[in-house]
Amino acid sequence: MPFEYAFLIDALKDERRQNITIDSARVFFQSKRRNYIIIDAPGHVEFVKNMVTGAARAEAALLVIDAEEGIQENSLRHGNLLSMLSIRQMVVLINKMDLVNFNQARFEEIRRDYGDFLAKVGLEPAAFIPVSARLGDNISKRSDSMPWYQGPTVLEALDSFEKEKVLEERPFRMPVQDVYRFTSFGDNRRIVAGTVLTGQAKVGDEIIFQPSGKRSRIASLEAYSSPDLNSIHAGQAAGFTLDQQVYVKRGEMAARADETLPGVTRRLRVSLFWLGKESLVLKKHYVIKLGSARTHFRVERILRVMEASSLEDESGRRHVGRYEMAECLLALDHPLAVDPADFLMDTSRFVIVDGYEIRGGGIVLEALPDSETDLRLGVRQRDAHWILSDVNRQERAARFNQRPGLVIITGHKGIGRKRLACALESELFSRGRYVYYLGMGSVVYGVDADIHGRLGSKTRHEHIRRMAEIAHILNDAGMILIITAVEITSADLNIIHTILDPTSILTVWVGSNSGGEEPYDFHLEGELDMDTAVPLIVRKLQEDGFIPE
Amino acid sequence: MNYLDELENISVHILREAYANFKNLGMLWSMGKDSTVLLWLTRKAFFGHVPFPLIHIDTRYKIPEMITYRDELVRQWHLPMIVGINEDALAAKTTYPDGQTDRLTCCRLLKTEALTATINGTGIRYKFNHTTGAYEREQNPQPFHGIIAGARADEEGSRSKERYFSPRDTRNEWDVGDQPPEFWNQFKTDFAPGTNVRVHPLLDWTELNIWEYIERENIPTVALYYNHGDGKRYRSLGCYPCTFPVESDARTVPEIVAELRSGKFARVAERSGRAQDAEDGGVWKPCGGMDTCNEEAHHREIKHRIRRARGSRQEHRHRAPAGRYRCPAGR
Repeated sequence: MPFEYAFLIDALKDERRQNITIDSARVFFQSKRRNYIIIDAPGHVEFVKNMVTGAARAEAALLVIDAEEGIQENSLRHGNLLSMLSIRQMVVLINKMDLVNFNQARFEEIRRDYGDFLAKVGLEPAAFIPVSARLGDNISKRSDSMPWYQGPTVLEALDSFEKEKVLEERPFRMPVQDVYRFTSFGDNRRIVAGTVLTGQAKVGDEIIFQPSGKRSRIASLEAYSSPDLNSIHAGQAAGFTLDQQVYVKRGEMAARADETLPGVTRRLRVSLFWLGKESLVLKKHYVIKLGSARTHFRVERILRVMEASSLEDESGRRHVGRYEMAECLLALDHPLAVDPADFLMDTSRFVIVDGYEIRGGGIVLEALPDSETDLRLGVRQRDAHWILSDVNRQERAARFNQRPGLVIITGHKGIGRKRLACALESELFSRGRYVYYLGMGSVVYGVDADIHGRLGSKTRHEHIRRMAEIAHILNDAGMILIITAVEITSADLNIIHTILDPTSILTVWVGSNSGGEEPYDFHLEGELDMDTAVPLIVRKLQEDGFIPE
Repeated sequence: MNYLDELENISVHILREAYANFKNLGMLWSMGKDSTVLLWLTRKAFFGHVPFPLIHIDTRYKIPEMITYRDELVRQWHLPMIVGINEDALAAKTTYPDGQTDRLTCCRLLKTEALTATINGTGIRYKFNHTTGAYEREQNPQPFHGIIAGARADEEGSRSKERYFSPRDTRNEWDVGDQPPEFWNQFKTDFAPGTNVRVHPLLDWTELNIWEYIERENIPTVALYYNHGDGKRYRSLGCYPCTFPVESDARTVPEIVAELRSGKFARVAERSGRAQDAEDGGVWKPCGGMDTCNEEAHHREIKHRIRRARGSRQEHRHRAPAGRYRCPAGR
């Protein structure tokens, strides 16, 4: 089908008839060079969320300014949003030139003012084109009414846009969407599935999953009813199997061990825009979704709020209002694997969920150090230097018929943690499991003998760290370890989760919990009764795949 | 990566997101070209498997060829299949072919209400039992929280504004004026209890893309889509009392692709062959879209077409998969 400017005009005419576009709509057409989907995004301020929905998936933007009205506040807001959405390829159309008698001075005035503004937010349009969408001037054919304009037509400008090729040359990133194990038809593949955002990988490449830090090599690339694959690369909805079975889940980011790795942290400096009716406020819990990962967070500080109309900075604010953009510090409950936007845009983008709704989005400017940063570096060193024997993890798991892990039994003082730990150990032992109960006291006077002061606040961190390292060794030996600790906190668990595989830990809180925090996976409320408590934990261990049914 | 590859990758990504986020997920399969492409993409997304049930709302007035095709593929591909039917309306004969209602009411009862009841688990559902090879009444049907459907943005005006993940309220209704934002491959996956979500992995596909992909992937389709020598074919499939063929010489998939590329149908709505989609609700008119001139003749014509289609269906179906294809189980 040959291109006809009528397609473009129709959309704009329709918009004119209704006065405003409410939601973004897709319009399809083809030029000689390629297929296009035009996303007609609304301009009105009430519909910014629809504008973002439309604009965010675009590879290039046509920003339309009315020659008669000139630059409006929304023209500025849209420029700002395009900058944050990092749509670098753009053309500005100065439309309705027929209404200003095709006046070159008017065109030049808007071009100068708007060009200055765009430069401030880091955008450089490929062209400013004077058009009349209604008459078709400079859409696909050069305008007879504007002989003074020598630049490209809209179609020429569109066709000159290039696909971003550099994505494949960037480091490999694939958020794990799922790990599939479909057993029908005798299929026994365990496939890590996800869409490759950047870079490429092939069979034999060593993959590191972040934030857990687990490593394995790609054993095979999987696809159904497709030509055999030699590599997977940016844009592909891919799947691969691993040569060493590591337990990974949705939410991890796959990266290549021989390339720059994503940062892992619980503290982020971000630039965000807010769409919610209720302002984004300090202290409240929200959910951040980045790649396939999600975790709760709070806004730790609002560094500055940008005024859409003036681009003036406002500091000292305690909330971010609707349609505002701001730079903030976020404190996350669990670590995420991220890249700063100036390094890899795709793995810096996130959305914010409040209640059931997406209410904002943004980009990570910086992965800041958090309280576990040093620990994480140490763990990476440990794993890189870990000496492997000839008996591997799978063989041990198969021998003991269990998945190694750590059961932490916690709660207030005197609630019966130790009795429960002993009863659980006995039950698992009688079921033939390879299990051991290690009390804190057994560590404090031995391994921890050099730490002065028992579980005081200053030394607690080191006690916990060593306990977790012991658990790591015993888990590696294939064992299920049970430990007890008084009133474990989120800070303690952050340490343990950094040192150990977070998916191999079950934290059980016994009795009432009045602390406000809920740092556990499983709560045994009320009076402790061994006859009910032990089977409940055993059931949970079965459900989570630690021990057989 | 070419354009069809891009479309395929986006759709597969969306299917995997849906599977990861919704516990009770189902996919509408009408046996039409779009939802069959969707089924094919599902097998790609899950490496040869279909990990959630396919749902067909059977009005009992579907062109019989469609039902034969459905059950052959269910057996051949070992598909989990659920069929929902509004048996009350059929028993009471409150249907258009029974002459007791108009087309729109018939559609509402046999399709819209049947779908709502199938989704929320209150309606009668039949499940295909692969051991016995027959459909069996489903005991204790559970509600679906997510429904994957093959809607495309180019079908009609309002669909051009759909989201990939589109919430439906407790009455199964869509609020087009207030849709959730959707960007950077992040979708609305958090839902209040009682609501459900429609997932639309094919939004960016056009009718032409669908046929180009069917050609590339060698996907089996219902023979009614092709001209069998009388210069007519179906462009869109539905119930036989209300669906009409278009004038077309296209006998094969490549010929349909060429026909669509020529722009022949550029100004004719794809579903214009479906009487109930007409602006007047499809009140019967002599010669309504056909060169036969009364309803009885129309039914005769339909039956005739079905027979012809059956006679020649082998040439379009069950073509042996090319050597480069691989089944996970080696079948």
